[in-house]
Amino acid sequence: MKLSIKTIVAIGIGAAVFIILAKFAAIPSPVPNTTIQTSYAFLALMAIVFGPVAGALIGFIGHALNDAISYGSVWWSWVVVSALVGFLIGLAAKKINIESGKLGTNKIVTFNIVQVLAQGIGWFLVAPLLDILIYAEPANKVFVQGLFAGVSNMITVGIIGTILLVAYGKTRSQGNSLHREM
Amino acid sequence: MAVEMLSYIERNTPIHRLTGVTKLVCFILWSFAAMLTYDTRILLFLFVLGIAIFIVSKIKLREISFVLLFILVFLLLNNAAIYLFSPQEGVKIYGSSTVIADFFGRYNLTLEQIFYQFNITLKYFTVIPVALLFIVTTNPSEFAASLNKIGVSYRISYAVALALRYIPDVQRDYQSIALSQQARGIDMSKNEKLFKRLKNAASIIIPLILSSLDKIETISNAMELRGFGKNNKRTWYSARAFQTGDYLTLIVFTLILIISLVVTFYDGSRFYNPFV
Repeated sequence: MKLSIKTIVAIGIGAAVFIILAKFAAIPSPVPNTTIQTSYAFLALMAIVFGPVAGALIGFIGHALNDAISYGSVWWSWVVVSALVGFLIGLAAKKINIESGKLGTNKIVTFNIVQVLAQGIGWFLVAPLLDILIYAEPANKVFVQGLFAGVSNMITVGIIGTILLVAYGKTRSQGNSLHREM
Repeated sequence: MAVEMLSYIERNTPIHRLTGVTKLVCFILWSFAAMLTYDTRILLFLFVLGIAIFIVSKIKLREISFVLLFILVFLLLNNAAIYLFSPQEGVKIYGSSTVIADFFGRYNLTLEQIFYQFNITLKYFTVIPVALLFIVTTNPSEFAASLNKIGVSYRISYAVALALRYIPDVQRDYQSIALSQQARGIDMSKNEKLFKRLKNAASIIIPLILSSLDKIETISNAMELRGFGKNNKRTWYSARAFQTGDYLTLIVFTLILIISLVVTFYDGSRFYNPFV
């Protein structure tokens, strides 16, 4: 499959923005020593705008590069999950069709159902399983970690992701905004 | 807002002279070896070898100390969490129990648990020096060329190159947007209520994202005009030809992977068991 030039650039710039958001725009949360990751809200928006392949690659490249330049080692099991979450959310791109400029309540509900499902599969299931498989970590520890990451990401994407989606939708010209003058 | 990042450190050493492809392949082979094995002997061998390669590269410890500190804290927390959640994991794996200190409930300290957590920590220490080295000794523009050479499509390699190229630009944009929004009284710190904080974050992120989307438009038009993606192959300005050293290094690292797998799985288990 050939990626279009626009998708390639979207992946590159998207990964760069993902990294900057992950490093700088983490919001302190009420739980001590944990931050709310705004980068996943951005990943969800990019997946909806550019589709599943771009979503998966932004998640993969962004997460892997960020791990590498900030911690010196890449936590592969969670990188795979970021890619998976980007991909799954991207599957809803056609249905939501944000370029049409019309973003009603039902599309926002669809977006949130999809993001909760995608992140549920990713953080509650795949992340812990890969941790056990690769790193042989105790099962209950990784499931608690996955549960925590999953819930906080679902809330972040639910709030910030929805705000971003609406803001982006407003910048698109509406599909029926032009009339032919009779 | 000075957050430090790892970046390329220029030196003239045998490690730096290896091509990006060699370093990438060796790093992958090494990660596989360290990921698959739990054999203490292999891990110790890889650890010592990793340190040796690190010394050859003439990278100074203080150049990467901020990352090392972070990793040490992470490992400490991780070890504490493993003990908290599963204090008898070692007993389960090694099939024996040698209690050395009695605590309440299931928190008896066993030799097996110490050995298991020692192995987990060692696993990280085998990968960390090599991963760090790979990052600080590979020129970012050569990295994309290397990805392409080992079989990643050049379109995706180019996306990685773009990401590396635009990280500093996006960072600068982010900082100027954050500062100007803060000057208008938008607060993202703990002083604001949580929901307000989230909304404020969005008001910094939205301009950043919209300007980045404009950037995507500009860059992709420029690439289109220059005929990017017309052909099935492309050449890379920063790609280098293989030298004898590259072939030798690749052979040695492949052997290391094979030997470590053979030794690890020889007795049919990932774990080396000194307790039988």
